[in-house]
Amino acid sequence: MTYTFHWEVPLRELPAFLWGALATLEMSGVACLLGLLVATCGALARLSKRRFLRGAATAYVEAIRNTPFIVQLFYVYFGLVTFGINLEAFTVAIITLTVNCGAYSTEIIRAGIQSIHRGQTEAGLSLGMTYWQVFRYVILMPTLRVVWPPLASQFIATMLGSSVASQISAEELTYAGMMLESRTFRTFEIFFFIAIIYFLMARLFSFLFSLTGQKVFREAWGQL
Amino acid sequence: MPEIFIAFSYKDVLYLLQAALVTIAMCAMAFSCGLPVALLIGLIRTARRIPALRWIGWAYVEVFRGTPLLMQIFIAYFGLSILGLQLPRFVAVSIPLILYTGAYMGEIIRAGVEAVPRGQWEAGSSLGMSYPQLLGYVVAPVAVRVMIPPSVGFLVQLVKGTSLAYVVGYVELTRAGYIVSQSTYATMLVFTIVGVIYFGINYPLSLVSQGLEARLKRHA
Repeated sequence: MTYTFHWEVPLRELPAFLWGALATLEMSGVACLLGLLVATCGALARLSKRRFLRGAATAYVEAIRNTPFIVQLFYVYFGLVTFGINLEAFTVAIITLTVNCGAYSTEIIRAGIQSIHRGQTEAGLSLGMTYWQVFRYVILMPTLRVVWPPLASQFIATMLGSSVASQISAEELTYAGMMLESRTFRTFEIFFFIAIIYFLMARLFSFLFSLTGQKVFREAWGQL
Repeated sequence: MPEIFIAFSYKDVLYLLQAALVTIAMCAMAFSCGLPVALLIGLIRTARRIPALRWIGWAYVEVFRGTPLLMQIFIAYFGLSILGLQLPRFVAVSIPLILYTGAYMGEIIRAGVEAVPRGQWEAGSSLGMSYPQLLGYVVAPVAVRVMIPPSVGFLVQLVKGTSLAYVVGYVELTRAGYIVSQSTYATMLVFTIVGVIYFGINYPLSLVSQGLEARLKRHA
């Protein structure tokens, strides 16, 4: 092996990478929050009595889950241009991530809703709880407790997956690396360094989510 | 329209279908070569007596699940050339996918092994069975049943993962779609076809995985 590593190349650009990391978090955070709205509607549609709604929601979920994100990204990116809509790549990435995250979260929310039996609501009411109390303690909190861990993993998966957005030149962490790479050609060092940043972010958020899950939802459960 | 624009024709569809075969070949390569890695990871993750081995397995899985597949492909692809290895491109892009398969399938194997109650291990070893015998006669019959539905589900993830070989310029289905869309300008049509092909590969797998899972739940 005659290769000399130049680790100072990515180290010098640390501020640019930190900025990129924030952009990645912004992109995936916004997409996940919007995706949660999509997913709630999707889950209600999947559990709806109307066949049309059920079919549409199932088609949406299956279409997204069985195709690669990069193809979805190109589809939206070039599709919008075809219809004469010119958006920034960053916005296009958020839209596609929202659609993608929405489909995966639909299944999570649906499982959460289905985990509450009708009998539990009736039991709450017959114990003299008000509708609001039943909603809060019997429906909302237990559902959140069920959906919290998979939603947290979904956020991390979305964050890691958002690196693909660099391929339509949306300005985030991977894109920052590609920019530096095109100037210095230190491909290995740069992407190794960036992978470490992604890894640290993934670990940090996984820790924060599990901490929040324990603090918020277990306590809420304990109040009963 | 000037003649330099090549109209989209059935030949492009054939080209895309050929590229889909490359995608399937990559997936098959990554899965079959990834399985031995996964078996190793799954077994060292469940090694009770040797914490160091467990820790190594844990670190391996965390690294591959905590970084984007895109980065893994970049790093492995360029890392191999730094090591001075001149590999065929198909092999070079498959290596990160093999390691990735090792991590995810390793977790599936671990879950399968852990699904076997402790008492059965103890019963087997009290009958004087060796570790390979225990794995083969006691653990595998139960664990394999548990492992199959998520493994088929992982195949879907792997097929989608191969699309990221696009970033190092390897011509598989996504890159082929990009090339055709750039030469014919029939972008939406091309990516619709590409999407439909991916769906055609993955949807049957998804259905099988869901079906097997439902069956497992009923018989559990």
